[in-house]
Amino acid sequence: MSEPKAADPKPLSLHVPEPEFRPGDKPDFSNVPIPKAGAARKPPIDVDAQDIHDLAYTIIRVMDREGNAVGPWAGELNDDEVKQGLEDMLRVRAFDARMQKAQRQGKTSFYMQALGEEAIACAFSKVLRSGDMNFPTYRQQGLLLSADYPMVDMMNQIYSNKADPLKGRQLPIMYSSKQHGFFTISGNLATQFIQGVGWAMGSAISGDDKIAASWIGDGSTAESDFHAAMVFASTYRAPAILNVVNNQWAISTFQGIARGKAATFASRGLGFGIPALRVDGNDYLAVYAVAKWAADRARAGLGPTLIEYVTYRAGAHSTSDDPSAYRPKTEFDAWPLGDPVERLKEYLIKRGTWSEARHVQANEMLEAQIAEANREAVKNGTLHDGPHASAKTMFEDVYEEMPLHIVRQRQEAGV
Amino acid sequence: MSRMTMIQSIRSAMDTSMARDESVVVFGEDVGYFGGVFRCTEGLQKKYGSHRCFDSPINESGIIGSAIGMAAYGLRPCVEIQFADYVFPGFDQLSQEASRIRYRSNNDFTAPMVVRMPTGGGIFGGQTHSQSPEAIFAHVSGLKTVIPSNPYDAKGLLAASIEDNDPVMFLEPKRLYNGPFDGHHDRPITPWSKHELGEVPDEYYTVPLGKAATRREGEAVTVLAYGTMVYVAEAAVEETGIDAEIIDLRTILPLDIEAIEASVKKTGRCVIVHEATKTCGFGAELMALVMEGCFYHLEAPVIRVTGYDMPYPHAHEWEYFPGPKRVGAALKKVMEA
Repeated sequence: MSEPKAADPKPLSLHVPEPEFRPGDKPDFSNVPIPKAGAARKPPIDVDAQDIHDLAYTIIRVMDREGNAVGPWAGELNDDEVKQGLEDMLRVRAFDARMQKAQRQGKTSFYMQALGEEAIACAFSKVLRSGDMNFPTYRQQGLLLSADYPMVDMMNQIYSNKADPLKGRQLPIMYSSKQHGFFTISGNLATQFIQGVGWAMGSAISGDDKIAASWIGDGSTAESDFHAAMVFASTYRAPAILNVVNNQWAISTFQGIARGKAATFASRGLGFGIPALRVDGNDYLAVYAVAKWAADRARAGLGPTLIEYVTYRAGAHSTSDDPSAYRPKTEFDAWPLGDPVERLKEYLIKRGTWSEARHVQANEMLEAQIAEANREAVKNGTLHDGPHASAKTMFEDVYEEMPLHIVRQRQEAGV
Repeated sequence: MSRMTMIQSIRSAMDTSMARDESVVVFGEDVGYFGGVFRCTEGLQKKYGSHRCFDSPINESGIIGSAIGMAAYGLRPCVEIQFADYVFPGFDQLSQEASRIRYRSNNDFTAPMVVRMPTGGGIFGGQTHSQSPEAIFAHVSGLKTVIPSNPYDAKGLLAASIEDNDPVMFLEPKRLYNGPFDGHHDRPITPWSKHELGEVPDEYYTVPLGKAATRREGEAVTVLAYGTMVYVAEAAVEETGIDAEIIDLRTILPLDIEAIEASVKKTGRCVIVHEATKTCGFGAELMALVMEGCFYHLEAPVIRVTGYDMPYPHAHEWEYFPGPKRVGAALKKVMEA
């Protein structure tokens, strides 16, 4: 027996992916292929996943660079609906800016903006109906801000004040509202992706007509619960929409660490036989059209859809993060899919139903509403100055009925 | 009334719960068509349909995570984890999610669900089919943890757990499935048909969570036990002739602290028995509670008899298992002090 001769005598080495640009580099995305708007086909909702593999690798886009809506995914929304969409995005951006400032002023501990990715939650919220349920991450405030959830309640929670609907138990921004189809946000990553699938299974078990939407980020797709959700959704054809928001950055870790450069996040669906669409997340019209397609599929009993929204986290991960330590400051400016607010504004101006002046006016009106809501909220207190919900409430609702050991702890605390 | 094994009574709890409440659904690995590796769900799929009793993928985080979603939707899932040893991929979903949903949402959402799992050793299951992880669950505020010791309690406690509006961990001592087991592994097995607690009503009933049962009244020493260890304690008491009071905790969280305190204050002595490993086992909590509540009534140091702090060994099952000899020695020691 002779030893087989090694073809390559080099020692093995570990491949650790690196982003293309780091602080100080000049970001250049000209080598990133951006498919033309209108180029992606629109299949019927009862299509087999195996027949639309191309849609998991392309980027479905509706708005072209001149502000026209083109192709088979266009034409879903009328001008009033689009104007509402623009206003929703402006509200999210202005709300975020105001709350970011409030955190810097010491009124709360923590805040997370959705800057640059407002189109996704705002457009998605329009495809759900009353009674449907989102299982969001911490960057989908757009779902509440484009619904009729009161901004004052959001701020009361951010300030953990005496009117906080969650009695100061949760971090700021980890909202909960069953009435608004917004499941209580965990903060632990990916756990809710499978919970949304379970909720959808519950609807199907009950013969209901409600659907669920699970949300996850690019980085968290690496969690085992992403796999759990996919296998359950696929196995039971759960009426669920599985949303992956690929904003390129998981705190300081670029999306290549969650997938290498091997494939798209959307393509993960194909191995489970789940139809998967990859969409321009900064294109409000495309997000709406793709989400609507997925919602129609779920409601028709055709099962889950995986959607990857390609976007860019323009702000810091949170108020505790400084992105200049790990990526170029100019990366968002160079980002080839642009700014979702600017793009929708240009579309409406081109339609002749919007103008720069009206845009400024709309922004001023929203800022005034937000300032008014903030004045109201601050009257109820702020994190460090209080007042808060009574400390007695801290002991409540761990269980439906307070067990003896917690009763004794409350007595010991003297509240 | 019927004579039932613990397997049959657990099945009857799910059956009667599913019959009276359409929102009760049962799923887990192998539980559908086949009826579970221990047969606890046998016949339920046929009776209630595959949308209410079905097989799941082999993914405990998926089983528990999807159950949370279903519970939030409005169902009452009662899921099976094939062995308690396999629950850990789902521990994130239990400790960070199911347990906190009520609290963090201020009652906006809840997770009324049951996670059933066979627990404990005595069947030569080795380190991956023998563990007793109850203390890990009891450490998580927001979860309830139940461990029945006989067919009557198993049915009533499981029905109560399914009815409960909080997440319940339901640990089934697998060595008790077919009969009470006192640790004398070399003796013939006693079937439940020969035990009074094998007498189980066919209809729906509940046994309240959080209430201990006194299995033997006594004056000399209090034995705190649950699950299989209740019978080990009974054997040890019989063999030593010590007049012990044996308390079967049944639910370790919420715990019947008042029953424990009343008994220990009466006897002035306490032996705690569990099969799980010793360090940070639930016995540590019990001992702390006895110290806090009964110190001035104690005549002797409290003793724990537990599994040793190592993975459950295969060949040395009976050296590891806290049998009646070890419990008897502890009883004598606490009486001599």
